[in-house]
Amino acid sequence: MERKIVDNKHFGILIDRLSHQLIENHYDFSETILIGLQPRGVELKNRIIKRLNDITKGNKIINGILDTTFYRDDFGRRDNPLEAKYLDMNFSIEEKRVVLIDDVLFTGRSIRAALDALQSFGRPKQVELMVLIDRRLKRQLPIEPNYVGKTVDSIQSEKVIVKWRDVDGEDQILLIKSE
Amino acid sequence: MSELTVDHLLGIKNLDKKDIDLIFNTADNFKKIINQPIKKVPSLRDITIANLFFENSTRTRVSFEIAEKRLSADVVNFSSSSSSLKKGETLIDTVNNILSMKIDMVVMRHPNAGSVEFLSHHTNARLINAGDGTHEHPTQALLDSYSIREKLGSVKGKKVLIIGDILHSRVALSNFYCLKKLGAIVKVCGPSTLIPKYLENLDFKIDHFTDIQEALQWCDVANVLRIQLERQDINYLPSLREYSRFFGVNKSRLDLLNKEIIIMHPGPINRGVELTSDVADSKHSIILDQVENGVAIRMSIIYLLASKIKNIKNKIS
Repeated sequence: MERKIVDNKHFGILIDRLSHQLIENHYDFSETILIGLQPRGVELKNRIIKRLNDITKGNKIINGILDTTFYRDDFGRRDNPLEAKYLDMNFSIEEKRVVLIDDVLFTGRSIRAALDALQSFGRPKQVELMVLIDRRLKRQLPIEPNYVGKTVDSIQSEKVIVKWRDVDGEDQILLIKSE
Repeated sequence: MSELTVDHLLGIKNLDKKDIDLIFNTADNFKKIINQPIKKVPSLRDITIANLFFENSTRTRVSFEIAEKRLSADVVNFSSSSSSLKKGETLIDTVNNILSMKIDMVVMRHPNAGSVEFLSHHTNARLINAGDGTHEHPTQALLDSYSIREKLGSVKGKKVLIIGDILHSRVALSNFYCLKKLGAIVKVCGPSTLIPKYLENLDFKIDHFTDIQEALQWCDVANVLRIQLERQDINYLPSLREYSRFFGVNKSRLDLLNKEIIIMHPGPINRGVELTSDVADSKHSIILDQVENGVAIRMSIIYLLASKIKNIKNKIS
């Protein structure tokens, strides 16, 4: 059974609010780098960049794509091994303010892997975390987001799926209950 | 697909095209990682790998060791010159003794063809063939095709010429399988004494040039093999000088072509015999790219085979 928890219109408002919150904290983005996490954080990063460009009228925002497959703590423990994805990090993050961007924050383990992976590119001045959905009751590590689109309280067996206009045809967020 | 169909890398012969694609795609990621400021990932923290080299090697061994260390595996090295083999121990005993020290993966080079496959029936560890006699050298073939793919965009439809001592070359046989699986057109060139009879018994046809100039004009990529002096117990060649005259790749031969071709060599080069220095060090040559890609390819293979070890969880708890 699936239930729509965010519709197309609400989705746009979430992206708007997250973009404005970033501007409030990062002004002209001259010291900031936005990094989307593979696989689904990349869509959110692209959407945020697009919205920021509309609002700030052309400030160039440095951004990249990070894949954390090789940094995960569940190597050899999964039934289906993950396939490594494309990575694009053509810059140093030394002394920069990094914003990690992902679609759903759940156990926090992907973010831990991302923090580990980031070290390969320098020592950032600060790392923040932006997520579209925070499933706050299921955290397994002490990790908290700085920017949250929507908080969802759900049980383990439920799934939260974010659908994207460019990939899936329509912007929406679904809560799926297994029978 | 995110998993290899095989548990060991014994040769290219038993790999699927999908396996090769997965190895290449994963190697793309590792190539980026080995060019980062910090070149190490923590994936294989719980894995111990033994490098067993029963035959001399510099490049392959160093390449494997770097790949293993970049993946954070624990590495032990073993070479036959300082081992109990000299005291009469059998291969199975040597390897099983090493494995009882809780080794998860073995990289092995051995002078006898089929030795790695033989071992795969008698041990629990994952095995990687780093060259077995004159049979196969799968990681070299994979890095060769990967280098062609990197330089030309794809391997499919490309004309690849393998020049020289095909008879004694494990690199050649693995290359035939790998290039054919990826859809390249493969031909060989060399003195008839060094062209093996098995070429007629393969599942595919490999034509043989006797004229080097004609062969070079045909190909997009020339993979020049080393004349393996140490494997020639009888004389296949009148002299190295004659070989160099008739089959050596040099600048004047390349200047006669009406196109640019890519020059590859698995190393070590006998400079002035199969390849002259002005070609080996020219912009046509991708020999050093092959070496760099070797690390990425080996990381990819080790990572993918290690991810099939399902008992890490049980091992720890």
